[in-house]
Amino acid sequence: MLKIDGISKHFGGLPALEEVSFNCREGMTTALIGPNGAGKSTLINCIAGSLFPDAGVIHFQNQRIDGLPPHQRPYLGISRTFQNLALFPRLTVLENVLTGLTPEAEQSFVKSLLRLPATRHRERLLRLKAMAMLDNFGLTDKARWPVSILSYGDRKRVEMARALVSGPRLLLLDEPVAGLNSAETARIGAEIRRLHGAGLTILLVEHDMDLVMSVSDHIVVLDGGRLIASGAPEEIRTNPRVIEAYLGRMSVTA
Amino acid sequence: MPTLTDFLQFLFAGLTNGAIYALIALGFCVVHNTMGIVNFTQVDLVSLGGMFLYSALFLFGLPMPLALAGAVAAAALSGMAVERFGIRPSRSGNHLVLIFLTIGLSVILRGIMKLVWGKNRMAVPPLTADEPIRLFGATLLPQILWIFLLTTAAVILLIWIFRHTTLGLCMRGVASNPAAAAVVGIDAGRIRMVSFAIAGAMGGLAGALVTPITTLSYDVGVLLGLKGFAAAILGGFGSFGGAIAGGLLLGLLESLAAAGLSSAYKDVIAFGLLLLVLFIRPQGLFGAGKR
Repeated sequence: MLKIDGISKHFGGLPALEEVSFNCREGMTTALIGPNGAGKSTLINCIAGSLFPDAGVIHFQNQRIDGLPPHQRPYLGISRTFQNLALFPRLTVLENVLTGLTPEAEQSFVKSLLRLPATRHRERLLRLKAMAMLDNFGLTDKARWPVSILSYGDRKRVEMARALVSGPRLLLLDEPVAGLNSAETARIGAEIRRLHGAGLTILLVEHDMDLVMSVSDHIVVLDGGRLIASGAPEEIRTNPRVIEAYLGRMSVTA
Repeated sequence: MPTLTDFLQFLFAGLTNGAIYALIALGFCVVHNTMGIVNFTQVDLVSLGGMFLYSALFLFGLPMPLALAGAVAAAALSGMAVERFGIRPSRSGNHLVLIFLTIGLSVILRGIMKLVWGKNRMAVPPLTADEPIRLFGATLLPQILWIFLLTTAAVILLIWIFRHTTLGLCMRGVASNPAAAAVVGIDAGRIRMVSFAIAGAMGGLAGALVTPITTLSYDVGVLLGLKGFAAAILGGFGSFGGAIAGGLLLGLLESLAAAGLSSAYKDVIAFGLLLLVLFIRPQGLFGAGKR
């Protein structure tokens, strides 16, 4: 479904990614792990379009997407969350989630201004859809709050709701539980498992190994911009290169 | 000692100018919100509003309501053209570069206006007959009532668009966080062009409404536009409420200064106040300050 083929990205001569290739299969949760600075976020940014790779090709559902402007990718069914959140702080929770429905909203500005009955009907439906998604994330009571006054955990959930409201085909999650307490982490984990059960294709970047091991079908390990291993969770857990590069280092510090 | 009638007269004059400044300030704010820059072509969009009204009336012989609507629409299209052909090709995200670009484009626009309409001062008729209305002893031109009415309507329309339409949601999204806007599928380039169209419509309306009571020339918008810029700064450069309050406040202060001192000091007051605000409260009187 998502084919990453020989992606390289350099920042001022420093390699962030070097010829990384792997696939995300439809309906599977693929986890992308590796130490800090391994290039995980760079890769997600290349898929979502915030960065353009220097070399390599990315195909999504047999369409080449690596040169596509970022704002066109949600229309293909790609949606994402950010490690450090990218919400609209001055907009309300409901409005933030409504922006996630941009691909389904009226595209002609003129029509949106004319308020024809069909447009209004469509906007009502989108509002209901956004409200249902807020309900799903327990945010109904805060629908009219500006995002700027929400707690970090609530903001993470708003961003998840915004990414999911349009019913994407591919969900890119960049450290969805970073900075959350264990109860909030469990909640997001349950949500990811539910989405996985519903057949959504997910690419997950995460440091929380318990979460990664419990939700992924396939794990890809990056270190220093290179792919060093990929396989099922059990294989990765026992792979000596991975233990040395990543888990080993973690067990030393832990 | 000024009488109550004099006071009313100055009050009306101040509010009239204030309404015009507010419209121009709104144009500055809309572009600032979506691009983070001061768009100095705003001043020429004001002149263009007057010029297009003149041409619609005397070249195409349109009746006044159509000519006014046409002038506002043409100014909006001019704003879009400035963004599409003047700013977008630079492919720059550097604010300083973009601001200087708008200064250069402003000079070009004034040159084009000089070529098309000439350097002479022209007269544009008011929207309706010039029969003054008497109100509590003060006299009021019908044009001034039109200015209040149409400015209020434009402001309400603008706020409604921002609060209640998909377009408004997209515009507020780009203003709030351009990176997040791209992620959800909002085309920021398109939104910027629309914000220039709105700036053109606001400036064009201001120009078309004010030139009947001033006169029309290719650079009429420069001083008005700078006052609108001052009003936007007073209002904190961003919030619509601030821009409107800043415009009205500036108009009233100018008018009271003219009443108390001399009308020669009108501009001194306006720009002196601007400097004072910039020194003491750079975030503007109604601005939220740096976050």
